[in-house]
Amino acid sequence: MPSKTKAASPVKKTLPKTPTGVQGLDEITGGGLPTGRPTLVCGAAGCGKTLLAIEFIVRGATEYGEPGVFIAFEEKADELATNVASLGFDLAKLQKDGLLRVDHVYIDKSEIEETGEYDLDGLFIRLAYAIDSIGAKRVVLDTIENLFSGLSNEAILRAELRRLFGWLKGKGVTAVITGEKGEGTLTRQGLEEYVSDCVILLDHRVINQISTRLLRIVKYRGSVHGTNEYPFLIDEDGISVLPITSLLLNADVSSQRISSGIPALDEMLGGKGFFRGSSILVSGTAGTGKTSIAAVFANETCKRKERCIYFAFEESPQQIVRNMFSIGIDLRPHIDKGLLEMHAARPTLNGLEMHLVAIHKHVKRFKPRTVILDPVTNLVTVGSISEVKSMLIRLIDFLQAEQITVMFTALSLNTAVNEQTDEGVSSLVDAWLLVRDLEANGERNRGLYIMKSRGMKHSNQVREFVINDSGIKLVDVYLGPEGVLTGSAREAQQLSEVTGEVLRSHAINRKDVEIQRKRNVLEAKIASLQEEFESVQDELNKAYVEENIRREIAQKDRNQLIQARYSKNTGNGKGK
Amino acid sequence: MAKASKTAERKASKWELRLYIAGNTAKSVTALANLKKYCEEHMEGQYTIEVVDLLMHPQLAAGDQILAVPTLVRKVPVPIRKIIGDLSNEEKVLVGLNIRPIKK
Repeated sequence: MPSKTKAASPVKKTLPKTPTGVQGLDEITGGGLPTGRPTLVCGAAGCGKTLLAIEFIVRGATEYGEPGVFIAFEEKADELATNVASLGFDLAKLQKDGLLRVDHVYIDKSEIEETGEYDLDGLFIRLAYAIDSIGAKRVVLDTIENLFSGLSNEAILRAELRRLFGWLKGKGVTAVITGEKGEGTLTRQGLEEYVSDCVILLDHRVINQISTRLLRIVKYRGSVHGTNEYPFLIDEDGISVLPITSLLLNADVSSQRISSGIPALDEMLGGKGFFRGSSILVSGTAGTGKTSIAAVFANETCKRKERCIYFAFEESPQQIVRNMFSIGIDLRPHIDKGLLEMHAARPTLNGLEMHLVAIHKHVKRFKPRTVILDPVTNLVTVGSISEVKSMLIRLIDFLQAEQITVMFTALSLNTAVNEQTDEGVSSLVDAWLLVRDLEANGERNRGLYIMKSRGMKHSNQVREFVINDSGIKLVDVYLGPEGVLTGSAREAQQLSEVTGEVLRSHAINRKDVEIQRKRNVLEAKIASLQEEFESVQDELNKAYVEENIRREIAQKDRNQLIQARYSKNTGNGKGK
Repeated sequence: MAKASKTAERKASKWELRLYIAGNTAKSVTALANLKKYCEEHMEGQYTIEVVDLLMHPQLAAGDQILAVPTLVRKVPVPIRKIIGDLSNEEKVLVGLNIRPIKK
């Protein structure tokens, strides 16, 4: 009935938990081990049970102020102190401060005879005494099975063990009991796992000669918990468990853009570069310049005064610095300034998880804005593709949660087959650059594509990618009449175009001269015609003037004549 | 005879025994009774028995590495031997304490 279920959801009283202080374990268990209840830590020899137990006690004492009792069935107190001194645990001091009590319980079968009924009250009393003397909240029994090797009456022991678990609960201490793994059962006696409220199984596997430690919560009464096998490792800081965190995919995202260090590449990526906190995969065949792209990116990061960590799995830092110097990228000053850190390790140095944890640690300590892994494909030598993928998922999740940009380089062995499945990481990353050989006309050139780039406009063009003394440049691929041209073909085409240009301009020049000449000729002609016209005009003028003059003179003559005749006629004419 | 020689050497106690118990439980009582009986039978006058109640003195448990109760510890002669249980099996106790049964 829906109404009833709705009503019957009271405020949950969750199980109180005691944080272990072991990195990552508290995340998996949702806060730690059940408070006031016994927890069994089981596993084969050398898988880290004792260390987990001692870390639980020491962290409890140092970080949570909870005193603890360590009952050692295997090692003597001083041996134990020496063993964990390398982890920076000072047992002697803790004991002096009353935060720790180590009691070595020693059973030697040869000096013990059993006759008749007995119980383990002696142990209980010792335990109670130890707990009460320092007010302990945490108890470790390491390893309880030693009782079985020392005493032979199994029936009594089993009953007493059961009683011990109950007694510990009654005492209200958070107990960690370690147990050896048995055949087909979690523990030799097959008993402890049933009476414990929480069971943690440690495993140590060697696959392909590479060891991986794994931790699994087998049961946890009254609490949800991570159920997977979580890799963990033991190093100078103790145990670190790596939960595959943030399966929720709810990391913050940034819309800030950062330059790749190659202006033309930024241009291809919508003109601004990558998103901050994104993951970038640079894949390509051997010798296509993946490392160079990564180094340029690192260089650019450092130029922005941001920190960068470079994890190299193939070359040593010195080698990378030298090689990059040859193309005009000087990483040395960044290293000196403390902006760039380089960590080189052969993948086979340790298992994938160890690498992951090492990366985690460096990142946590150095707090970079950019992380480079070069190349991730080399990690396949220590794990299967699916393992590498799962590791990278966790790495990307972790880095994205921290808003760190990460660039992977990946070697693709066979471009034709592998293009879509580059270590299976291509689907995880936000941006994928593919550098590949473009082979034509008997030479090899590099071409760069952006296979994908989430959330931004990006160029679909293949760009030729040139590495020279001054760094990396992207050249526009020459689209000639015969298709895409690269390398010398491109240059030849460009040259021939330049030649054509010259020839054409030369031709134009010649024509110009000719025209000029023609013009000169015509102008000369025009001038002579003008002359001719003027002389004709002159001629005409001359005739006209002469005519006028003649007419004038004739007029004058006639007048004179008339004058003259008139005067004659005056004398004669009257007489007639 | 063994008994004769031992009687001859009667100096201080030859056997120093310590019995650890935890309260007056049935087992403790049985163990103590058994122990007293054997001692009287086999090493009369040459032994001392110290009974330690761990409920009263829990700090003493670590010294002799006591786990089980009741535990009988033979402090002297060395080496230290421990017998746990209610000491109901006489032969085992005697072997454990390295006392030759008188039958022989």
